[in-house]
Amino acid sequence: MPPKKLISGVEYQLRLYVAGQTPKSTAAIENLNKICETHLSGRYKIEVIDLLINPKLAAGDQILAVPTLVRQLPEPIKKIIGDLSNEERVLVGLDVHPLG
Amino acid sequence: MAKRKDILRSKRASIPKALTGIAGLDEVTFGGFPAGRPTLICGGAGAGKTMLAAEFIVNGALRYGEPGVFMMFEENAEELAANVRSMGFDLEKLQNDGLISLDHVHLERSEIEETGEYDLEGLFIRLGHAIDSIGAKRVVLDTLEALFAGLPNHAILRAELRRLFRWLKDRGMTAVITGERGDEALTRYGIEEYVSDCVILLDHRVNDQVSTRRLRVVKYRGSAHGTNEYPFMIGENGFSVMPITSLSLDHKASSERVSSGVSGLDEMLGGKGVFRGSSVLISGSPGTGKSSLAIHFAASAARRGERALVFAYEESHDQLVRNMGSIGLKLKPLISKGLLRVHASRPTLQGLEQHLVAMHDEIAAFRPSLVVVDPISNLSLEGDRSSVVRPTLMRLIDLLKQEQITAVFTSLVNNDAATRESSEVGISSLMDTWVLLRNIESNGERNRALFVLKSRGMAHSNKVREFLMSERGLSLVDAYSGPDGVLVGSARIAHAKREMGNSDNQVTK
Repeated sequence: MPPKKLISGVEYQLRLYVAGQTPKSTAAIENLNKICETHLSGRYKIEVIDLLINPKLAAGDQILAVPTLVRQLPEPIKKIIGDLSNEERVLVGLDVHPLG
Repeated sequence: MAKRKDILRSKRASIPKALTGIAGLDEVTFGGFPAGRPTLICGGAGAGKTMLAAEFIVNGALRYGEPGVFMMFEENAEELAANVRSMGFDLEKLQNDGLISLDHVHLERSEIEETGEYDLEGLFIRLGHAIDSIGAKRVVLDTLEALFAGLPNHAILRAELRRLFRWLKDRGMTAVITGERGDEALTRYGIEEYVSDCVILLDHRVNDQVSTRRLRVVKYRGSAHGTNEYPFMIGENGFSVMPITSLSLDHKASSERVSSGVSGLDEMLGGKGVFRGSSVLISGSPGTGKSSLAIHFAASAARRGERALVFAYEESHDQLVRNMGSIGLKLKPLISKGLLRVHASRPTLQGLEQHLVAMHDEIAAFRPSLVVVDPISNLSLEGDRSSVVRPTLMRLIDLLKQEQITAVFTSLVNNDAATRESSEVGISSLMDTWVLLRNIESNGERNRALFVLKSRGMAHSNKVREFLMSERGLSLVDAYSGPDGVLVGSARIAHAKREMGNSDNQVTK
């Protein structure tokens, strides 16, 4: 059994922490979906966590700023804070080389 | 008149406060930190900020029924727990009991990329969750400024900090925020701008190679506060500030008397010696026999089967034993019986506060009924520090009195009369009995004279007596006072012989 790679074909496991439905969180979700579809099509999984519903996770996952995007896989863990409006920096942060 | 006083007093009724439970600090702040508001504690590295904050939280949880959240940005929970364990706090147990909540905020700049707008709602949620889970009333943020290093966008951070302090106030949290001392401002990133209710500055300075810790209340909105710099210490019993006002004069006064070990001196002190638990000052110029007299107090206590502790700051243990042997006082058997203990050290080895802590610990461990500090003037010789020595000494005397421990201090004074008066005036008022030793030079010889300058609560001799030290011990003889003035030494003996001769003549007549 291969270790850690839980879902076959998924290279990028991403978690997006938001706090309620704010313009910033909506923007972050939209931006993330767009970037992933463009550059990581079929290779990613996104989990959105609302800290207002799950406040415990803020301490567990060391979240201070929202929105925070956490790249859980591949390791090492990386964090990107902000509404992800700058595609280039998100790609740098995720360590993804844009296709083409 | 009385009415005006009442008005003044009612005006003084200030804002609600939360006790810190830290010895001395509640006196300096007249009742603790402002309740439901943030307090800033700033100071350089190693000034004791985290210790103070930790004790504030632990005391709140254990003594005042106010659970607290300790959010740390630098140390993690294990490190903090290890650091405060030395002060006797078991953070893990408190956390398991739901009395405190520890949260380590780990912020690694290299792991974080920043794109676009964000806020620190995550921090608020985290803090809010910790507060709600234990019903916290107190919050510590140690050191919030670590955020400045971790988050690149300071504009957002500052706006969020402002929101955070408002939020803490709205939730009624008594908060303590620590900040690193800046070069020109109180804190490196100027967070005193946001915390304006109460600011406390901790200082750790080294003067003449001796370190002292000081605490000062820089501001306290809506309340009176002590404005001085107060020495403080961090010892096994935690944080402790030394304001003079913390001395409450409510210790018991024993009417039991204890011997000084020199019968002649006992005679001068109403025939019975000094009160148990009182403080005795023996002062005099060099070579007048201060140490010898003080050690007699200790030996006398030990011979009665009580424990006596000697803090010797000038002589080593062995030297003291040898020197006392030369005047017929054998200390070895008393030491081996465990009744006498000599603690010899250089006072300048440690800061004055640490010194007091060490004395305190030694006293707590040995539980003596009498303590000798020889000499107390060595503690004050560390530069011009009388303002520090006095409160420290007061604190020591207070401690000893509360424990009903008789205290004997020696003090070296110059022969110069002017400085003698001024150096003694500071501490003599703290003493119950003051014995003065003097050198008297006349007829080509030097003799020692002793007199009791004061002794509270007992009849005492007003006579100057001659103080003799020989290999057979200490003794006091009446100096001859007559028309020729006070006669000591060979003049006294010659006079006595003359008198004797006169009386012999009378008999033969």
